[in-house]
Amino acid sequence: MTDVLVCIKRVPDTGGEITLTQDAMSIDTRYVGHTVSPHEECAVELAIQTAKATDGAATVLSLGSADSLEQIRDALAVGCTGAVLIDAEAEKFGPADVARAIAEVVHAHEQEGRTYDLVLLGNDAADTGDFQVGIRLAYALDRPVVAGVSTIEVVGDRVVARADGADGTDIFEVELPAVLTVMEGGIEPRYPSIPGRMKAKRVTVETVTPTGEPAGSGRVRLKLPPTQPSQVEILGEGPEAAAAVVDLLERLGVSR
Amino acid sequence: MTLVLVETDATGAIEVSRETLTFVRELAQPVSALVVGEVPDGLADQLGAYGVVSLLHAQGTAFTTYAPAAWAAAVVAAKSASGAAVVTAAGTPRGNEVMAHVACRLDVAMAANVVTIDGTDPLLVSRQVLGGSALEELRLDDAPAVLSVAGHACVAKPADSPVSTKVDTIDVQVSDDDLRAQVARTEAGEPDESGALKTARVVVGAGRGAGSVDGFKDLVELADLLGGALGVSRVVTSLGWRPHHEQVGQTGSRISPDLYIPCGISGAIQHWVGCSSAKTILAINSDPDAPMVTKAHYAVIGDLHKIVPAINEELRRRRRA
Ligand SMILES: Cc1cc2nc3c(=O)[nH]c(=O)nc-3n(C[C@H](O)[C@H](O)[C@H](O)COP(=O)(O)OP(=O)(O)OC[C@H]3O[C@@H](n4cnc5c(N)ncnc54)[C@H](O)[C@@H]3O)c2cc1C
Ligand SMILES: Nc1ncnc2c1ncn2[C@@H]1O[C@H](COP(=O)(O)O)[C@@H](O)[C@H]1O
Repeated sequence: MTDVLVCIKRVPDTGGEITLTQDAMSIDTRYVGHTVSPHEECAVELAIQTAKATDGAATVLSLGSADSLEQIRDALAVGCTGAVLIDAEAEKFGPADVARAIAEVVHAHEQEGRTYDLVLLGNDAADTGDFQVGIRLAYALDRPVVAGVSTIEVVGDRVVARADGADGTDIFEVELPAVLTVMEGGIEPRYPSIPGRMKAKRVTVETVTPTGEPAGSGRVRLKLPPTQPSQVEILGEGPEAAAAVVDLLERLGVSR
Repeated sequence: MTLVLVETDATGAIEVSRETLTFVRELAQPVSALVVGEVPDGLADQLGAYGVVSLLHAQGTAFTTYAPAAWAAAVVAAKSASGAAVVTAAGTPRGNEVMAHVACRLDVAMAANVVTIDGTDPLLVSRQVLGGSALEELRLDDAPAVLSVAGHACVAKPADSPVSTKVDTIDVQVSDDDLRAQVARTEAGEPDESGALKTARVVVGAGRGAGSVDGFKDLVELADLLGGALGVSRVVTSLGWRPHHEQVGQTGSRISPDLYIPCGISGAIQHWVGCSSAKTILAINSDPDAPMVTKAHYAVIGDLHKIVPAINEELRRRRRA
């Protein structure tokens, strides 16, 4: 039985265009939807599969405002059965603060007899991209950690994790309890069904508040890269442009 | 002193590590390099050309296969030995992972994927956030400052004058705990054939617009007709449509062909840094507002699955004529 905790972060679904707030400290999210990163969607999927395969349970956790309940419900709808919201202003939390707050929850649950053999996170969050919360959490919990794994399998008291390495696929065999950060690409996350969504509504989300003041991230401001005026020459639309393309290839001397 | 964790392959320091060695010259501090595990032949000379005054070498049974915490222990030992105030690595999966471990062990902050140094007192850096569509200016007050340098944030260039590199082996205390997560075995991947991609005169690019694993036939044919190579976006490698060695961008190859023809690639910044040194860019995309289109020299708007076969046909027709 492997009980899994999976950590997700509500992030703006910016698509392309980004506008910053007046003080340039965050992005203007008034007109954008929200989502979680593909890495975390895969982490949720791995959490559910692992829980199913071992008769354990998958619990989802997010640190953020009550708005994060939207992403928590999505994870419940695909098969997580427990949920924790660490109610806090995510913007004020640097990666070390987030890791500490998650560790607090893990320790508190341990006190109540609920232990997580496996904690899964994304390799990097889609907004801040700090590449470290999982590793910091592992140090706070004194557990082994592997970053960037794409598939996992619990075998006895160990987890076998595969990650893209420098010379092929690196295979780690790590004793539980452990922390793993997930990179997309190993599995297809499932989509919620209508019954799944109904079920998700009935799950009680445990809400906790972190202790202590966050140290923050050291952010001075955000900047958008300068946009250069476009100089593009449109050769045409559709297959009719083929002749113009080959003319260009000949002019460039690459058509042989 | 600045310490750079240098990753190597059989030929020496890998390109992104050489970029990092180039990048840190901005700090105007002498540079030490740390290499973990085997040292390839000629590495000290190569690092000397990049201005590295000291090569620290961590070796031993703890490093026979990759263990991130053991590597971090080596970095911390090298930091102490060199007295470095800034500790860096290239922003590879390994570089980011080890730097995060180092930051935990030293109880300091870590800035991932830095692209510019904006000030040195206090240390101010800009780093990629939001998948590269924005930058975050970050103050790093901790000592040492720990950061990774985004792939292709600069071009690797030897120093103006080479130095002679002193080589020392460092002693690293690796605890059992540091080996709790260690590579048990590695399954060989596809052979790395990125050499052809990096030197090709023409590269045909393929992104999510290719549609599926079967969507590459015409694109490969176009590359063949032009005697070029195929390069792809990360979406394509993540989905397993094509092998990783074909990936162009921050976490793939940097290419500089005479002509790059990105088809169905949106032009995200992480892709752009790998292809922006192409002399000419001809984008094929159904979206006239895709960044790849607006940044290109030439573009054709429409479905690549209709346009590319037509180009192939026109090339064949003119050759027959
Ligand atoms: C840390 C980090 C590192 C990264 N490293 C890399 C890297 O090395 N290389 C890289 O490429 N990416 C990298 N990325 C990912 C990058 O941000 C983008 O997600 C990726 O480049 C997008 O790939 P794409 O352009 O193929 O897909 P999309 O962004 O989905 O774009 C698809 C494009 O195809 C067009 N299209 C769709 N159908 C058709 C059709 N039938 N005909 C013509 N056009 C069509 C669409 O208009 C769109 O412009 C990295 C991201 C992060 C966070
Ligand atoms: N506010 C948060 N709530 C829950 N999980 C988080 C939060 N921030 C980061 N994480 C997790 O940590 C991973 C890495 O984040 P980062 O180190 O910020 O790039 C993310 O993919 C999430 O899984």
